[in-house]
Amino acid sequence: MTMEILGITVLGVFLFGYIIIASIDFGAGFFNAVSTVTGKDHILTKIIQRYLSPVWEVTNVFLVFFFVGMVGFFPKTAYYYGSTLLVPASIAIVLLAIRGAYYAFTTYGGLKHKGYVMLYGLTGLLIPASLSIVLTISEGGFVKIERRGPFLNYWTLFTSPLSWSIVLLSLTAVLYISAVFLTWYAHSAKDESATNLLRKYALIWAGPAILTAAGIIFEMRKHNPIHFNRLLDLWWMFALSIIFFLGTVYLLWKRRSYGIAFSLLIGQFSFAFLAYGVSHYPYLMYPYLTLYDSFTNKAMATALVIAFIAGLCLLVPALYLLLRLFLFNKEYIQGKRNNHA
Amino acid sequence: MSEYQTVLFSRGLTELTLSFHIIYATIGVGIPLMIMIAQWVGIKKKDDHYILLARRWARGFVITVSVGVVTGTAIGLQLSLLWPHFMQLAGNVIALPLFMETFAFFFEAIFLGIYLYTWDRFKNQKRHLLLLIPVAVGASCSAIFITIVNAFMNAPQGFDIVHGQLVNVNPVKAMFNPAMPTKVSHVLMSAYMTSAFVLASIGAFRLLHGTEHIYHKKALFLTLKLGFIFSIMTALIGDFSGKYLAEYQPEKLAAAEWHFDTERGAPLLVYGVLENGQVKHAIKIPDALSFLAHDSFNSEVTGLDRFPKDDIPPLYIHYLFDSMVTIGILLTILSLGHVIGVLRGWGLIKTKWFRWITVLGGPLSVLAIETGWWLDEVGRQPWILRGILRTKDAATASNHVDTMLWLFAGLYFVLGVGSVVVLKRMFQKNSVEKELQDRAAVKAGAGV
Ligand code: HDD
Ligand code: HEM
Ligand code: HEM
Repeated sequence: MTMEILGITVLGVFLFGYIIIASIDFGAGFFNAVSTVTGKDHILTKIIQRYLSPVWEVTNVFLVFFFVGMVGFFPKTAYYYGSTLLVPASIAIVLLAIRGAYYAFTTYGGLKHKGYVMLYGLTGLLIPASLSIVLTISEGGFVKIERRGPFLNYWTLFTSPLSWSIVLLSLTAVLYISAVFLTWYAHSAKDESATNLLRKYALIWAGPAILTAAGIIFEMRKHNPIHFNRLLDLWWMFALSIIFFLGTVYLLWKRRSYGIAFSLLIGQFSFAFLAYGVSHYPYLMYPYLTLYDSFTNKAMATALVIAFIAGLCLLVPALYLLLRLFLFNKEYIQGKRNNHA
Repeated sequence: MSEYQTVLFSRGLTELTLSFHIIYATIGVGIPLMIMIAQWVGIKKKDDHYILLARRWARGFVITVSVGVVTGTAIGLQLSLLWPHFMQLAGNVIALPLFMETFAFFFEAIFLGIYLYTWDRFKNQKRHLLLLIPVAVGASCSAIFITIVNAFMNAPQGFDIVHGQLVNVNPVKAMFNPAMPTKVSHVLMSAYMTSAFVLASIGAFRLLHGTEHIYHKKALFLTLKLGFIFSIMTALIGDFSGKYLAEYQPEKLAAAEWHFDTERGAPLLVYGVLENGQVKHAIKIPDALSFLAHDSFNSEVTGLDRFPKDDIPPLYIHYLFDSMVTIGILLTILSLGHVIGVLRGWGLIKTKWFRWITVLGGPLSVLAIETGWWLDEVGRQPWILRGILRTKDAATASNHVDTMLWLFAGLYFVLGVGSVVVLKRMFQKNSVEKELQDRAAVKAGAGV
């Protein structure tokens, strides 16, 4: 494996991790808001808070890790993406900031207000939408190199069917991932009514999630035929992904093994993510930037890999402890323990 | 927008974000240590007051951390968004500490989550305290790593530029640059010092408002003792920072001290104003600058005359330097006075005005942090990477930086007000007296 591939694999793993755990969080906020509007908030709020409280800061670090690592392994991305993303990324930051801070204010600070619940739900949809623009831009066709640097063409971006289908996919995926996970979590907490409600949400969003994903492949044919053809070459990965998807839906439908259903979902998204990534290779931003011409020097790459391995040795046991104490601790999940400061 | 304007707004936005982030970041670096000390004292002395102190601080800490985290995420991304040329270059040489910082964040975040949700879960209190060690270490490490990046901006090394190409990169040498030892230690000590004074400020405020509860007195004594220790360390290392500047960034020191002509036995100018290039109303201490710079009253100190006009930082940094040092000295005296006062039973420390000054100590130390950083950053101008890349050549070309500046100003306003309101509510709703009673009741078995 070359250093370049190793670097992008590490970043890919953390990006994937962020996508999954952030989706759970974003979707949870949305469902919480919906259930408040429909007067069912007593069903969901507790479950959602119990899961989110100890982990929200950790979620954020996954994102930070990704963008810091990106600049470390591929410094040129700072130039190409940094110059073009000012507005969309700033909007995402502001939304993330409001969301994160007000989560802490309301949960730990006891600030209670329906408006915040709505805000939390709404930002949960807007953030994935604005972050998904990065993906769109990487497809090429939206950035022009001018004398002063790369510029983003907003008009093309906002009128492109591709960018809207990516936005749609990000929304449906968030809701689907979140609902499936929370169904499992609520079930482990022996909370019947929450399980039923979340299972219903999961089944509702399963169809749209798979349809929007197919929609992107369709749009890609017009937008970037090269990428489209490479996607077709990897048809078997998508086929596996769809089989996993059907498995999840089947188990949910039969009200069985929610844990396995969620694992299958992880399988589904891993394969789709991997297939997408592999077919995009070697571009980081089509057609200007590839893995190879943006890669950092040998010395830095070596140092980063060493730091990464050392970091993992600390991180993995710590994450394991966190999961064991909260996510997999029956007493905690079922709300029999509350040792908050 | 013209190129000049984008640079201006990019600077403004960077300045704004960092100045806001540093308030919460400093508290985030120092408070875990303070909580640790209080809880440790509590366990050692079997004194519930200190345990409760730790617990209440921890609760408030969650709120400040959350703002630290979200503003930190903002500045992390903004560095690439606003200074793409700089980050591309820096990414090649100084990405290592930035990368290591994310691990420190991970570590801190994970154990903070665990620590907060395991109060009273362990029979042995010491095990709970152990969980706080990674939080404190992680927070201090994140300060260390990010400050190393900043030290590199002041004293870049560990690479060569040949025909515009970066070659011979040595990430470890880049990290251990000459600015690093003094900068990292001064930043750490000043963060601990500031946290101690901010907490002392809360204790003094409570004492002023009615309650004479022993809990607050203990809190005040503990925090001011720590404040004294750390302010001495801060001043001592501050002196080393001056010597570093004399050696490696003489233009910054000369601008900060209004030292125009290179000379032996240079005097130190304290306070004063600059009118049409003339220093007025300053206190002049003969030979002191030479001593500060090189430990000898007769040594030569480089003046601004040795630098091209284009390379001289703005002269107003003198005011920033003076503010920082003045606050440092005032707070050292204040904390020493309090500690001696308690030991000797002076009535002075129970007076209203003394307590009010202690209340002011918190905001003042935060102000010292801000002025210190402005001194450091403005004093590096016109360079973003000293001697290598000018600030004006590093900014983005995007046309929307001004709008983003207003957007973020709005965000920080909301976060700032929000955090203050929430903290106030948290502690007012839940008074110390009531909480002590509740705890006693639980212990006696009456509650639960
Ligand atoms: C509570 C805050 C605080 C206090 C009381 C002091 N400082 Fe400080 N100072 C800082 C907080 C700070 C800082 C925020 O941590 C800075 C900004 C950048 C840095 O490296 O540390 C700093 C920078 C800084 C620099 C510039 C370093 C550089 O640009 O590389 C010097 C020369 C000093 N300090 C010297 C002092 C002296 C002689 C003090 C005597 C009392 C002092 N400081 C008190
Ligand atoms: C020397 C000044 C700085 C210090 C002492 C400092 C310290 C900290 C600390 C302690 C935190 C954790 C939050 C908390 O505990 O309150 C934090 C958060 C953060 N800081 Fe800073 N910081 C500084 C400047 C910067 C700069 C310049 C950057 C940009 C690279 C940055 C990036 C971040 C990020 C990304 C986070 C959020 C991490 C997370 O998600 O947990 N910080 N900072
Ligand atoms: C957290 C405390 C800090 C504060 C309050 C602060 C303050 C400032 C200020 C006032 C400026 C504007 C200078 C001018 O243009 O006149 C600035 C610029 C800048 N700072 Fe800092 N700074 C801090 C820490 C850092 C750190 C740790 C880094 C590096 C990782 C950093 C990176 C930058 C960059 C890239 C610029 C823009 C380029 C420049 O103006 O030189 N800052 N900062």
